[in-house]
Amino acid sequence: MSNRIIKKTKLAPQVYDFVVENQQIASRAKAGQFVVVRIDEKGERIPLTIADIYEDSFRMVVRAVGKTTYQLCMKKENDFLADVIGPLGNPSEIEHFGNVMLVGGGVGIATLLPIAKELKNHDNKLFVVLGGRSKEYVIMLNEFEKLADQVIITTDDGSMGIKGVVTDGMDLVVSKAKIDVAWAVGPTVMMKFCSLKAKEMNLKIWVSLNPIMVDGTGMCGACRVTVDGQMKFACVDGPEFDGTKVDWDELLVRLVQYRDEEEQSLKKFLESAGDLSWL
Amino acid sequence: MKPPTKKVPMPEQEPEERIKNFFEVALGYSEEQAIIEARRCLQCPSHPCVSGCPVGIDIPGFIKKIKEQDFTESARILKKYNNLPAICGRVCPQEVQCEERCVVGKIPGSEPVAIGRLERFIADWEATNVKETKSNPTSSKGKKIAVIGSGPAGLTVAADLAKMGYEVDIFETLHKPGGVLVYGIPEFRLPKSIVEREVKYIESLSVKIHLNTPVGKAISVEELLNDYDAVFIGVGAGTPKFMKIPGTNLNGVYSANEFLTRVNLMKAYMFPEYDTPVKKGTNVVVVGGGNVAMDAARSALRLGAKNVIVVYRRTEQEMPARREEYFHAVEEGVKFKWLTQPLRYIGDEKGRVTGVECISMELGEPDESGRRRPIPIEDSRFIIETDMVIEAIGTDANRFLLSQFKGLALNKYGYIVTDSETGATSLKKVFAGGDIVTGAATVIEAMGAGKRAAYWMDKFLNGEYDPWR
Ligand SMILES: Cc1cc2nc3c(=O)[nH]c(=O)nc-3n(C[C@H](O)[C@H](O)[C@H](O)COP(=O)(O)OP(=O)(O)OC[C@H]3O[C@@H](n4cnc5c(N)ncnc54)[C@H](O)[C@@H]3O)c2cc1C
Ligand SMILES: Cc1cc2nc3c(=O)[nH]c(=O)nc-3n(C[C@H](O)[C@H](O)[C@H](O)COP(=O)(O)OP(=O)(O)OC[C@H]3O[C@@H](n4cnc5c(N)ncnc54)[C@H](O)[C@@H]3O)c2cc1C
Ligand code: SF4
Ligand code: SF4
Ligand code: FES
Repeated sequence: MSNRIIKKTKLAPQVYDFVVENQQIASRAKAGQFVVVRIDEKGERIPLTIADIYEDSFRMVVRAVGKTTYQLCMKKENDFLADVIGPLGNPSEIEHFGNVMLVGGGVGIATLLPIAKELKNHDNKLFVVLGGRSKEYVIMLNEFEKLADQVIITTDDGSMGIKGVVTDGMDLVVSKAKIDVAWAVGPTVMMKFCSLKAKEMNLKIWVSLNPIMVDGTGMCGACRVTVDGQMKFACVDGPEFDGTKVDWDELLVRLVQYRDEEEQSLKKFLESAGDLSWL
Repeated sequence: MKPPTKKVPMPEQEPEERIKNFFEVALGYSEEQAIIEARRCLQCPSHPCVSGCPVGIDIPGFIKKIKEQDFTESARILKKYNNLPAICGRVCPQEVQCEERCVVGKIPGSEPVAIGRLERFIADWEATNVKETKSNPTSSKGKKIAVIGSGPAGLTVAADLAKMGYEVDIFETLHKPGGVLVYGIPEFRLPKSIVEREVKYIESLSVKIHLNTPVGKAISVEELLNDYDAVFIGVGAGTPKFMKIPGTNLNGVYSANEFLTRVNLMKAYMFPEYDTPVKKGTNVVVVGGGNVAMDAARSALRLGAKNVIVVYRRTEQEMPARREEYFHAVEEGVKFKWLTQPLRYIGDEKGRVTGVECISMELGEPDESGRRRPIPIEDSRFIIETDMVIEAIGTDANRFLLSQFKGLALNKYGYIVTDSETGATSLKKVFAGGDIVTGAATVIEAMGAGKRAAYWMDKFLNGEYDPWR
């Protein structure tokens, strides 16, 4: 359980790919599960998805959005993380469906990768839609190209693929192929619109929710979300749910509940961190 | 000189001082104070106090040694029965256990001997005065035991079995051992350094604690059953209950577990030095009437709240919180609204809680718990303005592990069914104890269950007794 960072690679501005040594997690993890990381003694517990699984290590892709993720992205190879807990959450429910559409945005693309691999192991045809603000944010493209039967890229500024959003990509896929089930992982707003779109298409869609968490084991209720009118704890009942049944607006509001504290914390950190333009 | 009729008062931080910090409220007896208090014990031959203690501590025995100023021996006696005396001396509900039965307390106008305070005194005295006596027992039995959960139940089982010569592995999902002792009970009642000290002692018995290891996720149940000669489940009752009234998911509404975990385990009271934030409410409403509600209310005050109101649907008499903690809360300025039940939370356009609509209650006939059932009074609705609510209405069984023990018998509430004497579950070589069997209870009861289970696990592993035959 050394939690040593074996490898660190930059994927996009402020987005890093880590391989972390942890035999326990490597030996158990399945697609769709996550870990909780605490960097040091004073650190917060933050959830991060397991992006790939190797012999004695696993992979995670992190975007710097606040104090902890900034700190994490500044770690170097051979640094250690104080605590890595996992694998947590339920694995994705994967079987042979036929034609599967996978929609990814931002670091959600990383979450999608193990799901895509597992779907491929079950002989599914994969239709992948990847979105980003611009070209450099469309991460892990070549890995998906190896797995997918079709890859569609959308960017906000049109610097790569279609100029537009991932739901445009969804339309395109559905116009050409009969899709049996879909997954969408990315920013919450994106997952909301993908779910609305899927509902229109009468398509079952799985989403991986990312509410604020503390323990990740069902003990605190911080991660509660409303799905189909019921209170669910995303860490133990999810993180994947039927996107058409999620109360998205409630989740979006709950995600900003610590905005003031987060800004205070990041500001204080950045004042002491020096030049971070390289990040 | 006749001994005083009242307990030697406990030195405490003044209320107006202590609500500004998270340091311990009660400061502990000096040697002189402890000796004076010890003299109040009559050394009754029948010592009814002992039967009030779930682990049966030789109370007159350890008190006698205090009287004789032989603190080392007193500590030795205590430790024979209780692996965590510094903790029990602080958080045991003594008034309904050992002290309730104390003969001195039965004398009109007299208070019982302050057994808990003396226990605390000895444990603290030992910690500062005795150099670590590393026992390091060898695992002579050649048998391995897995303990799931490092709360008081798990720690006790582990310590007792290690002392008997078993090799013990504890698996804990959090990054710190101690269960509720580290994530729930606040620093000002139980300093975390004391939990650390007691855990170190248990580790010195060669118990291995594997943190960050959620059993059922990081290690499978089959693996434990294959690799260990016996398994103890002590996972507690950690799932927070919610009233599930409208508005529960508004920002600013917390479960007590979340609020206390942020504050205690994650040290949010030191944000931003520590990274985990917690909301600092100005007008805080706490729902419930137990120890957890008191802890939440007093923590909210210390975080800077102007008003903290505890809303409870029955009255002061029925309230399950320890008297001492209730009085502490009152002294500190926590307000209580009895016979009041929240109906819904009101929010603003940004999704933040701004009020609680409540209804007044009256007490009717006694219910199954023997307490009079609260009944809503019609047309008595009113609104309490608030910017933060903490629900402390109890917890349920932990969910993600038990379903994986195939064939493990659970009761209708999801708690494990055990043989009350041995702690044996329906599954061969699996024992259980603590809150996961009884539902939320007390530290000392969890320890008592751990002690009994350790005793019977040893008998089982020796082949002297098989609960499953
Ligand atoms: C199941 C799950 C899987 C995730 N997987 C990844 C991943 O693979 N890669 C990745 O970069 N991010 C992932 N996230 C999000 C990641 O946990 C947050 O970005 C991180 O906690 C932010 O911490 P911070 O201190 O850097 O930022 P903060 O300053 O704390 O917050 C910045 C933003 O992150 C959100 N956030 C804050 N705290 C949490 C928390 N405890 N849990 C979730 N979100 C929070 C806030 O809403 C805010 O928008 C995942 C979240 C969940 C719940
Ligand atoms: C706020 C609060 C205040 C309290 N005040 C008092 C008091 O003043 N006096 C008193 O006597 N009692 C008090 N109690 C009650 C007392 O703390 C509990 O009864 C006692 O801690 C129960 O002990 P336990 O060992 O059964 O479980 P817990 O203390 O709950 O410990 C269980 C442990 O198991 C771990 N775990 C759970 N699932 C898994 C898994 N799958 N794998 C690995 N580990 C797992 C948990 O993380 C936890 O650490 C209080 C409780 C709370 C919440
Ligand atoms: S452990 Fe608790 S009940 Fe037992 S003697 Fe000590 S304070 Fe009393
Ligand atoms: S009952 Fe009271 S007086 Fe008697 S032995 Fe116990 S503590 Fe002492
Ligand atoms: S994160 Fe605490 S219950 Fe889900």
